[in-house]
Amino acid sequence: MYETIRYEVRDRVAWLTLHRPDKLNAFTEQMNKEIIAALKQVSVDEEVRCLVITGAGRSFCSGEDLGGVTEEMNHGEVLRTRYAPMMKLLHRLEKPVVAAVNGVAAGAGMSLALACDFRLASEKASFIEAFIHVGLIPDAGNLYYLPRLVGHAKALELAVFGEKITAKDAKEIGLVTSVIPEHLWDEEVHRFAQRLANMPTKAIGLIKRYLRESWNCTFEDYLEKEAHGQRIAGLTEDHQEGVRAFFEKRQPVFKGK
Amino acid sequence: MNDFQYIRINIEEQIAVIELNRPHVLNALNRNMVMELVQAMEMHDRDDDVRVIVLTGRGRAFAAGADIDEMASDDSITLELLNQFADWDRLALIKKPTIAAVHGFALGGGFELALCCDLLFASETAEFAFPEVNIGVMPGAGGTQRLTKLIGKTKALEWLWTGERMSAKEAYELGIVNRVVAPELLLEETMRFARKLAKQPPLSVRFIKEAVHKAVDYSIYEGMQFERKNFYLLFSSEDQKEGMRAFIEKRKPHFQGR
Repeated sequence: MYETIRYEVRDRVAWLTLHRPDKLNAFTEQMNKEIIAALKQVSVDEEVRCLVITGAGRSFCSGEDLGGVTEEMNHGEVLRTRYAPMMKLLHRLEKPVVAAVNGVAAGAGMSLALACDFRLASEKASFIEAFIHVGLIPDAGNLYYLPRLVGHAKALELAVFGEKITAKDAKEIGLVTSVIPEHLWDEEVHRFAQRLANMPTKAIGLIKRYLRESWNCTFEDYLEKEAHGQRIAGLTEDHQEGVRAFFEKRQPVFKGK
Repeated sequence: MNDFQYIRINIEEQIAVIELNRPHVLNALNRNMVMELVQAMEMHDRDDDVRVIVLTGRGRAFAAGADIDEMASDDSITLELLNQFADWDRLALIKKPTIAAVHGFALGGGFELALCCDLLFASETAEFAFPEVNIGVMPGAGGTQRLTKLIGKTKALEWLWTGERMSAKEAYELGIVNRVVAPELLLEETMRFARKLAKQPPLSVRFIKEAVHKAVDYSIYEGMQFERKNFYLLFSSEDQKEGMRAFIEKRKPHFQGR
């Protein structure tokens, strides 16, 4: 069904693999569209309780395929029509999203990783704000997420100089959750995704929603929003189960509802 | 009461909740539905057990526009003779407070219907638009008038000309929407507010509504005269005496709507 990506659901985890390994998984218009379709599937499929985005072959994603860039290209239109819809869907997805960064994440590929909730980096992974080297600015939401992750000063430094960030450096500046040794990569990524998929999904979605809200409102408004969020969480089956398990002194079994 | 075909009604704690009930077509408004809605509103307006009317849509949307099939073959004269918008004029005459709880789409006639209500609560994912322009017509049930009165000429023209979707947040910033609420809690929060409103002295609420609506159309002079008359009028009510007595006696008033 998909040509530029692979999509499959296993044990409540959706695996979205960027699949143009000979092109370092660079974005094309078709790939944007296929990712959008897959993200829609993730959001409506009640069985899916965690999404992992990764790349086939030796890189995560090298950004926009420069093979398609022409002199007449209107960069603003490309973002509006291809990238913005994809990034909006990802932004609104109320399920945990993991970027399993298996190799280089450059340009919009790095943006994609930044838009995820967690970044796991392989030892071989690296991040590059490649845009400046062709006289452009980081796009696809990049400059929105970056300062929120690493702070304004560091974000500026990374965006302006566009130097390669190794997995180890990325961990140091808070860009990735953990760096995983090569020989443990598959196992650890699976373990991480599975752990998320067994958690109270609705509560995770609400945490994402209200954490995001916190950037856009006053403290007083936030407290009211928080009351709404907790009211919603308080109505979930998983909350009931959590409380029950606590009193029965056993591990809770969450359903994501 | 439940012999309505296109709407559903539920009354609890003096709040009548009217639900548009054609979910399979996203509650597209047809003439009969509007007629039923007017009948229900007028019925509740005269019902002593109802103090607030809440209007919402069943299913995924509030109301995604008018039933296009119904009017596709109309011409100017059939429309003039049918005079369907007379029903909408009656909606504007409801005296009790009305609140629209909007989730999903409120498009075209659906948006106009929401604008007919006094207050508007919207889900974070609600979307509003006047897409009439895209099929070669324009709003006919008050869209150009009510939206302009609410947000001004400049903004109104942009939305009416483009037919673009307005997010709940944009609608809030423009002053169209009172509250933007998490989708899961839209009805709950609307009802919480409605219950608060239902405890206010009904005659004050009624005369305030009337005076505020006059403010939209009247000159400030006429509006002030009108307000004054309503203010005086409330001094004939039992609730005014009870309210002031309770204030002096430092206790909570008990209002009866008389």
